[in-house]
Amino acid sequence: MIKAYLDHASATPLRKEVIRAMEPFYGQYFANPMTIYDLGTGVKEKVEEARAQVADLLGAAPERIVFTSSGAEANNMAVKGVALANRKKGNRVIVSAVEHHSVLNSARFLERLDYEVTFLPVDSNGQLDPERLAKTLDEDTVLVSVMHANNEIGTIQHIAAMAALCKDKGVFFHADCVASVGQIPIGVEELGVDLLSISAQPIQGPKGMGALYVRKNVRTMPLIHGGIQERGMRAGTENVPGIIGFGVAAELAAKEIDENRKKLESLRNDLIHGIRERVPKATLTGHPEQRLPGHVSYCFQAIEGEALIFLLSQNGIYANTGSACASKALKLSPVLGALGVAPDVAQGSLVFTLNRTNNRQEIEHVLDTLPGVVERLRMMSPLWKDEIETAE
Amino acid sequence: MKFVKNQKSDDQLDLVCRMCPMHLLEPGDKLRCMKKGEVLEVLTDYDQALEDIPNWCERCGQDFIGVEEDDDCYKLYIRKKN
Repeated sequence: MIKAYLDHASATPLRKEVIRAMEPFYGQYFANPMTIYDLGTGVKEKVEEARAQVADLLGAAPERIVFTSSGAEANNMAVKGVALANRKKGNRVIVSAVEHHSVLNSARFLERLDYEVTFLPVDSNGQLDPERLAKTLDEDTVLVSVMHANNEIGTIQHIAAMAALCKDKGVFFHADCVASVGQIPIGVEELGVDLLSISAQPIQGPKGMGALYVRKNVRTMPLIHGGIQERGMRAGTENVPGIIGFGVAAELAAKEIDENRKKLESLRNDLIHGIRERVPKATLTGHPEQRLPGHVSYCFQAIEGEALIFLLSQNGIYANTGSACASKALKLSPVLGALGVAPDVAQGSLVFTLNRTNNRQEIEHVLDTLPGVVERLRMMSPLWKDEIETAE
Repeated sequence: MKFVKNQKSDDQLDLVCRMCPMHLLEPGDKLRCMKKGEVLEVLTDYDQALEDIPNWCERCGQDFIGVEEDDDCYKLYIRKKN
C-alpha cells in the first residue's frame, strides 16, 4: 500500500545530514560549551557556527539569535518578555485572533497581570487587515504579534506592511514564523520585524529546538533565569546536538527554498483542485492564493474530522484536523471560528501539510482514496441525511 | 561614585533585565570590538553593577568615566584604554 505522510506541521522526519551532524555531539563532543578548557571551547565554536547558519536563513546577525527549546518558547519569550521589560512604555499588547496557542495564551497570561490585550479579528480568509491594525494602535501599545502564516489554514499575513506601521508608532512587532520557515523566504530586514520565532522541526531539524530573533535595542525579559547561556537571555545548559542539527537543517532549507517552493506549490494545487472536483460539499479554508506552498485545508460538510483522519490512516494517509490541542480537547478550532466557519462545517476539518519528501504518486493516492472515505462517513451521518432531505 | 551628565558614547550595551554576572561579561566582549579611546555606554537595572563595574574596569585596565541615573536604569560609561 502506498503511504502518504502529509502531516508535516505536526512532525517531520530528520534529514540524514542532520542526524549525521548531530551524532558526534552525543558522544565524542559531549563537553559543556560554557567550560573554558579545549573540550568545551571546541563545542562552543560549533554552537556558534550553528547560530550563524540559523541567522543566515533569516538574514540576521548571529548575535541576534537566541536558541530556545521550541517555537512555543520563542513565542512566549517574545510576547511576555517584551511586555514585561517595557511596561513603562505601555501596557497594551495586540495579537491577531488566529495566533498559535503559545501566543494567545501568553497574551492571556499578560491579561492576568493587568495588561490590556486586544485580539484583532481576521477576514473570512484568515487575513488581518493592516488598516484595522493601524486604527487599533495607540500610545499605550507596546507590542503587536502576528503570525507570518497560519498552521491550520495556511494563510500568509501582510507582515511587512504591519511591521512598518508599528515601526512608525514606535511599537515592537513580533512575527511567529514557525509555520512558514523553510516554505517561503523569511528575511528579518525584508519583513521589518523586531522579533521573529522559528523552530527546527518544520525544516526537518530536531524536535525540542527553536530560536528567537531579537533586533538590537529591543529589550526583552528572560523567562528562564540561571546561568550565562545565550548571553543571559535564556539560561540552561545548551542542547548542543539539537543546536547543531538545527544549524544544518537551516543551511539546507536556505539552499533549497526556491526549488522546494515550486515543487510544493505544484503538488498543493493538484490536491486543492482534485478535492474540489471529486468531493462535493467541500470548502477550502484559508486564502485561496496567499497561502503556504505546502498547505491544503478543507472542511467537509456533515462529517467529523477525527473520523476522517482515522479512516484515512487505515489507507496509509496521514493528515490532521488542524490544531492538535483543539482536536484532543474535542473543541472547535478557534481559528476556524475566527474565520466565521459554521460549527457544523468546522467539525469536518482536514489539513494536509506537505514537505519536500512528498511526491505526485502520494497526492494521487489521496485523491483516489478521499472521495470514498468521505462518502462512507456521510452515509453514516445523520447530518448528511438531513442535508440531502433539505436539498430534495 | 562619580556621576556624569550628557556623556557622549560611541556604542551602547543594553543589559536591562539581565542578571548577574552578565554585567561583568558583556562589556569585555563589546570593548574588544571597539577602538582605543572610544566610550561604551552600559545600561543596567542591577544595583550591584554600580560597585562591580568600576572594580572590573580597574582590574581590566579600562577607564571608568562615571554613572548617570536614568528613569528606569543606570547608564555607566567606560572608555577603552587597552
